[in-house]
Amino acid sequence: MAETILDFKNVCFSWKNSGRELLNLPELLVNQHDHVFLQGPSGSGKSTLLALVGGILVSESGTLQVLGTEIKSLSSSARDSFRVDHIGLTFQLFNLLPYLSIEENVILPLSFSKIRSKRAGRTKVDQVKEAQRLLKALGLGEQLAEKSPVTELSVGQQQRVAAARALIGNPELIIADEPTSALDADLRHSFLDLLFSECKKAGSTLLFVSHDSSLSELFKKKFSMNEINIIKN
Amino acid sequence: MINLFVRSLWNRRSTAVLTIFSISISVTLLLGVENIRQGVRGSFSSAVSGTDIIVGARGGSLQLLLYSIFRIGNAPNNLSWESYIEFNNDKRVKWTIPISLGDSHRGFRVLGTNQNYFKYFRYGSKKKLGFSKGKSFSKLFDAVIGSEVARNLNYQLNEDIIIAHGTGNKSFLKHDDRPFKVVGILRPTGTPVDQTVHVSLEGITAMHIDWESGAPPMEGESLSSEDILKRDLKSEEITSFLIGLKSKIHVFSLQREINTYKEEPLSAIMPGVALQELWNILRTAETGLRVISWFVLFTGLLGMLTALLSGLNERRREMAILRSVGAGPSTISFLLIFEAVFLTFTGILFGLCFLYITLFVSRPLLETYFGLFLPINPPSFKDLFLLGGIILAAMFMGVIPAFKAYRQSLVDGMTIRL
Repeated sequence: MAETILDFKNVCFSWKNSGRELLNLPELLVNQHDHVFLQGPSGSGKSTLLALVGGILVSESGTLQVLGTEIKSLSSSARDSFRVDHIGLTFQLFNLLPYLSIEENVILPLSFSKIRSKRAGRTKVDQVKEAQRLLKALGLGEQLAEKSPVTELSVGQQQRVAAARALIGNPELIIADEPTSALDADLRHSFLDLLFSECKKAGSTLLFVSHDSSLSELFKKKFSMNEINIIKN
Repeated sequence: MINLFVRSLWNRRSTAVLTIFSISISVTLLLGVENIRQGVRGSFSSAVSGTDIIVGARGGSLQLLLYSIFRIGNAPNNLSWESYIEFNNDKRVKWTIPISLGDSHRGFRVLGTNQNYFKYFRYGSKKKLGFSKGKSFSKLFDAVIGSEVARNLNYQLNEDIIIAHGTGNKSFLKHDDRPFKVVGILRPTGTPVDQTVHVSLEGITAMHIDWESGAPPMEGESLSSEDILKRDLKSEEITSFLIGLKSKIHVFSLQREINTYKEEPLSAIMPGVALQELWNILRTAETGLRVISWFVLFTGLLGMLTALLSGLNERRREMAILRSVGAGPSTISFLLIFEAVFLTFTGILFGLCFLYITLFVSRPLLETYFGLFLPINPPSFKDLFLLGGIILAAMFMGVIPAFKAYRQSLVDGMTIRL
């Protein structure tokens, strides 16, 4: 029996000042090594769900277990360090700090997480080597050798750097929030293939979020926000 | 983390440099004003010491102090030699120094006096005048020059100098028929003495011997220097004189006697009291300057706050990325406060550099043109306290954007809104 990565039960969330409920999840279960596709149009509560997983927001009721830890019981700073220790994140666009080099962007989470720092390598040199290995595996060997500034990378290349950053230090959970929406169809598939194989190597669970259902066939496990969120907008 | 901070700031270096620049300018101004204020006070207070009473023709006490000690402005009138002798012979008086002004040499004032000047005149903390070269005047056309005169005009001993009638650099009437010879150069004092050409009272008389009511003698009528030496060169009048008393007890009674002297309208002042009057006048200007420099500092800090706050919106993405890789809101706030403190601290360091460079560059100019001797001291305890206060103010200003960023990053979370 595989370990449970996400275990949400009866999670309700509403903004305190509006009182309107945004999210009501009777149940959401994700097991270790799953590659999960979470589909939903904008406004379906996707971002709220991700913020709950990342510990940015906290629900008032229900069980919110991530990797067996009850997120609600943690203080806000403990949630911040829990997030960086166990979750790697990539966004739709503009993932990188323009003033850092490619490698420096990748190793950025390591300076905030002891656990991932240790896993990525004992010394700084080892960590940079690990970053370079990931970047090469994701097909960025050339840009690395040329020491291209991140601002000169294409969107697809930037997404791969962000993926390398999410993967470094083998976090248990990778959350990819619309990482392919700015890419064209060919690039989307090759990016996903790379992401899958690297997640497999790292032993990470992947939570892939997109409004684009055409990608869902590549995943074994699928959720639709419209099904799991019983609040209808 | 420090690396992150440095790289992020470097990425916004043009704004950062401008902020540092504006803070450093205001620090320079603030400390500069304070420095000049103290310099002015110091150089005024040290110009005369040990003198109990200054006597001149009837007039304002401040005016008398300014022309007799600081060579600023002119005397409204002279006083007669007889009056001088009268008080010189008073039994309460220990010494007197006669002063005769009204001529100049290439912008430097010429002062006629006697040997008492070198014997009794004191400046600073009761320091006596000393010679760096040569000796006091003994012959009629001998001159002793102040250190600044020697340095500025590059004069050596035995140099012949021609004294111009009246004051100011561009006097048309020159006593060029009777050149003086430099026989002594005084040590630097940091007082108006440095800017003065000293000659004997007899020398002054000799220069003017055949002049009539301020006009030079007609051609062919002027006496030769040899003829003058044969004449009786007793002064008829002097500009003012300084008095040193045997006992301070008599200061007030003698001052009153001089002020009510029947033979001639005279004014007697105590240098300390007159200086106090000067401070009272200067205080308004000082306060004005200080208020302005505070406002400049305030503007500098406000400029920094503006830069930080407007940068915040552009940096929202940067904050969200940092947040997604594990930086807490407190880390982000810390980065902003640290930035404010860092910018201010660097601004202060540059400001201090500017200040000392300016002081070093302007010191000779101030000395030459204003007779102002600015001491260059390391920042005083008070200055450091002030600078510490500025950093503290910057920290409080940094709290505003930091708090905003904290709120923002809590709400934005990890999602990046564009």
